Amino acid sequence: MIRIANGQGFWGDWLEAPVRLVEQGPIDYLVLDYLAEVTMSILQKQKQHDANSGYARDFPPLIGRIAKLMKDRDVKVIANAGGVNPTACAREVRRLAPSLKVAVVLGDDVLGRIDEFLDKGYTMENLDTGEPLKTIRDRILSANAYIGAFPLAVALGTGADVVIAGRSTDTALTLAPMIHDFGWGEEDWDLLAAGTIAGHLIECGAQVTGGNCQVDWQSIPDLADIGYPIIEAEPDGSFSITKHPGTGGRVSRDVIKEQLLYELGDPASHITPDCVADFTTIQLRDAGPDRVRVCGIRGRARTPMLKLSVSYMYGWKAIGTLVYSAPQAVEKAQSADTIVRERLRQLGLAFEEIHTELFGVNACHGPVAVPCADPPEVQLRIGVRGRDREAVDRFTRELIPLVLSGPPTGTGYGEGRPPVREVVAYWPALIPREEIQTRVEVVE
Amino acid sequence: MKIALTRLAHARSGDKGDTSNIGIIAYQERHYPLLVREVTPERVKAFFGEMVKGEVERYELPNLGALNFLLHEALGGGGTLSLRTDAQGKTLGAALLRIEIEVSDDELGA
Repeated sequence: MIRIANGQGFWGDWLEAPVRLVEQGPIDYLVLDYLAEVTMSILQKQKQHDANSGYARDFPPLIGRIAKLMKDRDVKVIANAGGVNPTACAREVRRLAPSLKVAVVLGDDVLGRIDEFLDKGYTMENLDTGEPLKTIRDRILSANAYIGAFPLAVALGTGADVVIAGRSTDTALTLAPMIHDFGWGEEDWDLLAAGTIAGHLIECGAQVTGGNCQVDWQSIPDLADIGYPIIEAEPDGSFSITKHPGTGGRVSRDVIKEQLLYELGDPASHITPDCVADFTTIQLRDAGPDRVRVCGIRGRARTPMLKLSVSYMYGWKAIGTLVYSAPQAVEKAQSADTIVRERLRQLGLAFEEIHTELFGVNACHGPVAVPCADPPEVQLRIGVRGRDREAVDRFTRELIPLVLSGPPTGTGYGEGRPPVREVVAYWPALIPREEIQTRVEVVE
Repeated sequence: MKIALTRLAHARSGDKGDTSNIGIIAYQERHYPLLVREVTPERVKAFFGEMVKGEVERYELPNLGALNFLLHEALGGGGTLSLRTDAQGKTLGAALLRIEIEVSDDELGA
């Protein structure tokens, strides 16, 4: 049996979580997930300014902080913290933790190969819209193939204490140590599916141990000290999910089910680079306090394609707010919205979208929100998105004037004009698997 | 009689681009067939109205007593494009639990 823990569900997750996982009980592997869909574009821009950047900056200091405990307790770390510059990330880890052996997985970054792919006839249509990639060729900021668990397992095979990848899938981080320790093969579809689903369960950190959980949420103990999840994996593909004893949160079948369904598409065909996992075969059994046993998982052969994550410059947006108080706060905010829209119309400004929410009334649930009579205050929240930066910038100057020239009680403008933000969009596409060659390097 | 879905089920929701996914899970697995019968994709589409511009798909997970809904074009463009407070649809599951379903006393207690 091996213990695999997740200490970071996204870049920005609780900084203490991975430290506590290593301190508070036995684990063999600590996996850390840093990459969201458009993170790569931000990192690619940083790398353009500074050739030694372009990775998750929080990661090397974390490793420096836990390096001694990792050695003492024989804990290995697997993370997709490398972003678009895994080698630079590894060098910084080595600088802060010279006693650790560090390996990187390279080959996912295909920004420099887009024209080669287009020349070969790969159209790389957007999986959501069907448009061919050539329509945004000049605006591409980053392009990465999602890579699976086998290259990460190869990296573990070097004896590395820390394995750093770029755009590996979240689930691969958890599956890789199972492949490495149990010797699973590339066509062991049921086993690979089981490890993939274990990865899906823990890839969002504490969201599987009682965080963001609806079931009886007020009775979930001690969220301040919530324990992050641990998979206890067996060579036959069955596993338990639990957390360190004495930590906060809850592991139960209800909690597990919520996370199994999170960000799920067709449950019978969950496609990853490693296999196609079938979520309709999962069997759950309570196995003691804060412990659920998972077994029965079936999988099918992987597909011949890998998913590409392309990001590109799309346009601009800005979101501004004003607050109105009772009485008639809703009517005042609606009146202000009408005035802003009329002034934008008179200026002849065109936007792709103008979106209005009344925060405190309908911001989350829109037209299906439960109506409330005369709330004490309402925040008017207007957003615009467009291709023309000047138009968006002009919009940001149209809200505060309403404090003097609109309905009464307008306030809450202390932050001044809202910033104009760049919109980088995500373009999911497919590329034949054989085009992506990964390689592992040990960084001295 | 009509009851709110929240009496029989809990939910978690999230995003994939401009598609929101909502998992609806029966508290008691014997109530799962009621969810299958009552919470149809057509009713979910009608419930959300103008919020969901595209189609609603439904997948069944009888092993978990759960349904998975995909609400297409439901997040104002999704990801970085969306201008919504809840651009990831994190709260849409809680909204859907207010949908009313028709069940008999026998079915509730059976």
